[in-house]
Amino acid sequence: MEPNYTVVQATSPVALMKKGFSKGFPIMVGYIPIAITYGVLAKQAGMSLTELTFMSILVFAGASQFMGANMIAVGAGVIEIIVATFVLNSRHFVMSLSFMNRLRGSALKWKLPLSMGLTDETFAVTAIHPKEANMKNGLFFYIGIIVTAYFSWVAGSFLGGVVGEIIPERLSQSMGIALYAMFIGLLVPSVKKNKKIVLIAVLAMLINALCVQLGISTGWAIVLGTIIGGAAGIFILKEEEA
Amino acid sequence: MIWIIIIGMAVVTMIPRIIPAFIVDKLLFPDWINRWLSAIPYAALGALIFPGIMSVKPDQPHLGLFGGIFAIVLAYLGVHIIIVVIAAIATVYLLT
Repeated sequence: MEPNYTVVQATSPVALMKKGFSKGFPIMVGYIPIAITYGVLAKQAGMSLTELTFMSILVFAGASQFMGANMIAVGAGVIEIIVATFVLNSRHFVMSLSFMNRLRGSALKWKLPLSMGLTDETFAVTAIHPKEANMKNGLFFYIGIIVTAYFSWVAGSFLGGVVGEIIPERLSQSMGIALYAMFIGLLVPSVKKNKKIVLIAVLAMLINALCVQLGISTGWAIVLGTIIGGAAGIFILKEEEA
Repeated sequence: MIWIIIIGMAVVTMIPRIIPAFIVDKLLFPDWINRWLSAIPYAALGALIFPGIMSVKPDQPHLGLFGGIFAIVLAYLGVHIIIVVIAAIATVYLLT
């Protein structure tokens, strides 16, 4: 748990940002086809190119943007759409709390933009690389990850709005597994290092699946799975793993 | 109208993301909460993977599971994450 402050790596901001770009690359692979699909769908929902691109710029939350575009298409009310978005995205509070707790002591001017760039995917990648949080210039590593994700999402949305379905449907559907595979690729090495971590993850999966079965919305099911699964960590994780 | 929706969605999405940035330095967490917060990434990964992975092809949930199992095997063997991602895409693509 106690970060080792004696290991202060003197790595340049540029080098760390580049490392962030490369760790963010799997997010790019996952985001671009999804963003293009969002762009196409939003266009069909009656949104202009400017509107759908700005939704990506300002909201930057995939699942809720799909939902928003769908709800606009079916003529749902403004309040209804905004409330549904809040319910879906409130899960980021828990993730942000975990991320910001690692960045404790960093200036707010860095924490604020980093917290705004938090999605399921950027959280997953940043969280699995905790040691940069205590490195000199380590924040540039996280900035690199988030910039990669943000740029892919916004550019992909715009592209989808301009050119429509450019990836064949069978391929883009198959690419829907990309982000899940990325999550697996992040989780498995941690489990290899500490077998007990699998208990936390599997508990979270089961709670999430149970909540979905009970008819709880996706957003809250993930929140409950994350909180309750994470609570197992109180008993499982020792100081050194935190 | 759509702009009001966009701004509203942006605000309600931003709030849960940024609140921790403001509060975390004001709170001193006991050790058990720090352990809990450190476990959140693993729990979140679990909750994000399953059961969502079965909806890759909603009418054929086993396709997502096959891709996922293949990804687990490759990741366990220490294959680079990008190869894991590409292999999972290829699995679903070829099985479709």
